[in-house]
Amino acid sequence: MTAAPDFLIVLPEMFLGGAAMLLLLVGVYAGTRATRFVSWLSVLALVATLAILLQPVWSGGAASRQVGLFGMFISDSLGVFTQTLVIIGSILSLLIAIRFNENEGIARIEFPVLMLISTAGMMMMIAANDLISLYLSLELQSLALYVLAAFARDDVRSTEAGLKYFVLGAVASGMLLFGASMVYGFAGTTSFDGLAKLFAGGAGNGVGLITGIVFISVGLAFKVSAVPFHMWTPDVYEGAPTPVTAFFSVAPKIAALTLFLRVMLQPFGSLSADWLQIIWAISFASMAWGAFAAIAQSNIKRLMAYSSIGHVGYALIGLAAGSAAGVRGVLVYLAIYLFMNAGTFAVILCMRRDGKMVEGIDDLAGLSRTHPALALALAIFMFSLAGIPPLAGFFAKLYVFIAAIDAGLPVLAVLGVLTSVVGAYYYLRIVKVMYFDEARGAFDRPFGGEVTVVVLVCAVIIMFFIVWPGPLLNGADAVAATLFPG
Amino acid sequence: MAHWPLLSLTTFLPLAGAAAILVLRGDEQAVARNARWIALWTSLIVFAVSLAVWANFDPTRSDFQLVEQADWLPDFNIGYHMGVDGISLFFVLLSTFLTPICVIASWTAIQRRVKEYMIAFLALETMMVGIFCALDFILFYVFFEGVLVPMFLIIGVWGGPRRVYSAFKFFLYTLLGSVLSLLAILAIYFITGTADIPEALAFNFPTSLQPWLWLAFFASFAVKVPMWPFHTWLPDAHVEAPTAGSVILAGVLLKLGGYGFIRFSLPMFPAASATFTPFVFTLSVVAIIYTSLVALAQQDMKKLIAYSSVAHMGFVTIGIFTVTPEGLQGAMIQMLSHGVVSAALFLCVGVVYDRLHTREIARYGGLAENMPKYAAAFMIFMLASVGLPGTSGFVGEFLSMIGAFQVNTWVAFLGMTGVILGAAYMLWLYRRIIFEKITHADVRAMADLNPREILVFAPMIAVVLWMGVYPASFLKPMQPSIANLIERVQVSQRAAATALAQR
Repeated sequence: MTAAPDFLIVLPEMFLGGAAMLLLLVGVYAGTRATRFVSWLSVLALVATLAILLQPVWSGGAASRQVGLFGMFISDSLGVFTQTLVIIGSILSLLIAIRFNENEGIARIEFPVLMLISTAGMMMMIAANDLISLYLSLELQSLALYVLAAFARDDVRSTEAGLKYFVLGAVASGMLLFGASMVYGFAGTTSFDGLAKLFAGGAGNGVGLITGIVFISVGLAFKVSAVPFHMWTPDVYEGAPTPVTAFFSVAPKIAALTLFLRVMLQPFGSLSADWLQIIWAISFASMAWGAFAAIAQSNIKRLMAYSSIGHVGYALIGLAAGSAAGVRGVLVYLAIYLFMNAGTFAVILCMRRDGKMVEGIDDLAGLSRTHPALALALAIFMFSLAGIPPLAGFFAKLYVFIAAIDAGLPVLAVLGVLTSVVGAYYYLRIVKVMYFDEARGAFDRPFGGEVTVVVLVCAVIIMFFIVWPGPLLNGADAVAATLFPG
Repeated sequence: MAHWPLLSLTTFLPLAGAAAILVLRGDEQAVARNARWIALWTSLIVFAVSLAVWANFDPTRSDFQLVEQADWLPDFNIGYHMGVDGISLFFVLLSTFLTPICVIASWTAIQRRVKEYMIAFLALETMMVGIFCALDFILFYVFFEGVLVPMFLIIGVWGGPRRVYSAFKFFLYTLLGSVLSLLAILAIYFITGTADIPEALAFNFPTSLQPWLWLAFFASFAVKVPMWPFHTWLPDAHVEAPTAGSVILAGVLLKLGGYGFIRFSLPMFPAASATFTPFVFTLSVVAIIYTSLVALAQQDMKKLIAYSSVAHMGFVTIGIFTVTPEGLQGAMIQMLSHGVVSAALFLCVGVVYDRLHTREIARYGGLAENMPKYAAAFMIFMLASVGLPGTSGFVGEFLSMIGAFQVNTWVAFLGMTGVILGAAYMLWLYRRIIFEKITHADVRAMADLNPREILVFAPMIAVVLWMGVYPASFLKPMQPSIANLIERVQVSQRAAATALAQR
């Protein structure tokens, strides 16, 4: 094994980390007035990372499975697929943040740099192939996110959100670490490959090991904000600056769900009988709680928090299926969810009246009269989140339900569709406020070029996914097939 | 012309019209005027194209015709597959026939947000035609559920005072039914390995699974029909919807349930259908008698017609589950007839509502004096609804009751009482509105039908009489498909019986 290809495995992550350091230096010397410049450079760095990541795929052939850096990291098609989604999520969040931060007076160069660092952490989470690298990369992204949540440091709610996120996140990390040490204690190795080999050989049905897996699941469930480990989500989503909320709701979620997939299916794949019921339960609980608790919300960011809890529940159906079809469902779900959510938050960022952000659902009243295009876009996102065809959100749900039926989980599928009807109620409520209620006065114009572009791109993707669904579905299918050879 | 993709044209032309309306700019009056004309011309062209579909349809064949196939998700055996047979052909025509009528009927009634209104109606037309043409389950479901979105907006934006409640009830009620059928569709997809409808129709599903799949589909279609006791969304939706919304709701959306039973439930799950036939008969008879009695007590014209719809659809479900040629043909004609007649009755209500802005029956009376043309039009549709020989309603009720007699005399007997009750409430409604003395001054001031309204009613009267006097032109194309369907059901029931005997 030569050293060069070893490092090539984590080349995108290394590049992104290096870029973050470099931009930090630029920012320190250039000061706050260079924020816009640094933000655009960060977007550029992310695009470059994406290019590096996808270069082997473009130059022919699918990404092959490579393990390197002493077995700590892995590069495979699952990683490439989800890292792409994470980077796109970061780019979209960073774009919509630029103008918002300037308006709110929190435009500082640390913002884009922290986004880059957390993105690098997420990419490493996805590439982790060892319990130790898993923990370290998880902490890297979490620490950056804690700061981002509290970034509006003069705002009480934002500070509270950051602190809450930090305390509860630390507890979850502790649980994860405890679970990892239990697993190490009973299995004698932290390497995913080693664990997989051990369990495939029939070892490990001990109570201690199961306890370890349960604790790891709890830690990961916290990170993806699945019920019953979701309590931080509404407060943090409401308190954090809106672009940060947008970022929270997509990128870390995609990374953590990928990690969930990888940990459960690779090292613990042979023990699926022991953990599938846990996933089943948290999947159902998330769908149900996300649907019912959202009904009473009046703040749109809180509503989106519960919505994201519900969507994690649907995505977890795919994991509960524990099959190639399930993985395919999760990946399709994540990709479509990314654009629905980024688009919705871009619309929320347009909700500014008399120079102040408004966040009430009532503030959207009559939007179809005052801003018809914006209302149409938000209606598209809402119907899509509710899973109504012909929008993309329907296909996201379709593929996880296909997996559930295929895996013999009809009860979970029935519960899933029933909660989706409950969920449809609160998404429809937003459409109702926009289209049926009397207008309340226009929002401040202009919305800004970046936000407009993000809304437009996301709406077009969600609307016209049905015409050309092949690339995403076939891509996800190919990735899922590599995880389940034979 | 046969090589043209006629069905895709019929389905997606309305969307092109909607896109044209979407880009209209200018002052509000001009936009509204242009939106109306574009919508009218689009829907007329679509109707012409659908007539070409009829002209190119070979009435002697029982299989799917004018088939179009394209790759959509080839790796998953999900494709873009369109086609019509004798069962779906007339529903396509019904949809394209009613849409221009809706546009004309809304010409002056809708003054607010005309642009969005016309877009919603054209999108609705695409979804409706798509449902009846789709020969792929996923495609079918996309249209089937997609229809809710424009209808939700039509009720919610342009509806009456309780429009929000009604729109939500309509959307969530029907969504609840359809998601369960989605699961059944997914199960079928796994059992057969394809989402292709013709292949699934020819597949013999295991008898043990059939009841579950049948019930899942039933949840969806029973809400759509609607069958008692799943009908409660209908009166609310009808009362609050704008006139044209009620027309589409009664004219086409209620037919989705019956179409679904004929298209899917009978041929795919014959054993389960046989098992559940008494259940369906019971619900249908209750629907006919109970909702007829409820209709007698209504004070609101639209509510009365809405309840009468539930009763009429009871004949449809009876006819379908007799699985006799007469019963099925009767059900089909009853659906088409109801599609035109109840749509026309809602338009009749719309005419007086536009003038007096109330639907309360007691506010009217004596319209025969100052609105003779209106009285004549209303009478024709009222009698068609009652089932007078010579109108379309008679053919449908008569045939489906002949079917019922062959299977179960009691069902036929009880069903016929519904015909009497139907005559009672419709004639009484007519007397209270059209006859008696004019007591209100504002009623006396109401003007008779204007040329635009006559233009709306004339083609509907023509169709009602055509279907009543010479139903053969409608029956002939559907006969081969229905005969094919009945044979399929009998063959598999016989196979199930022999399998049982051998055990």
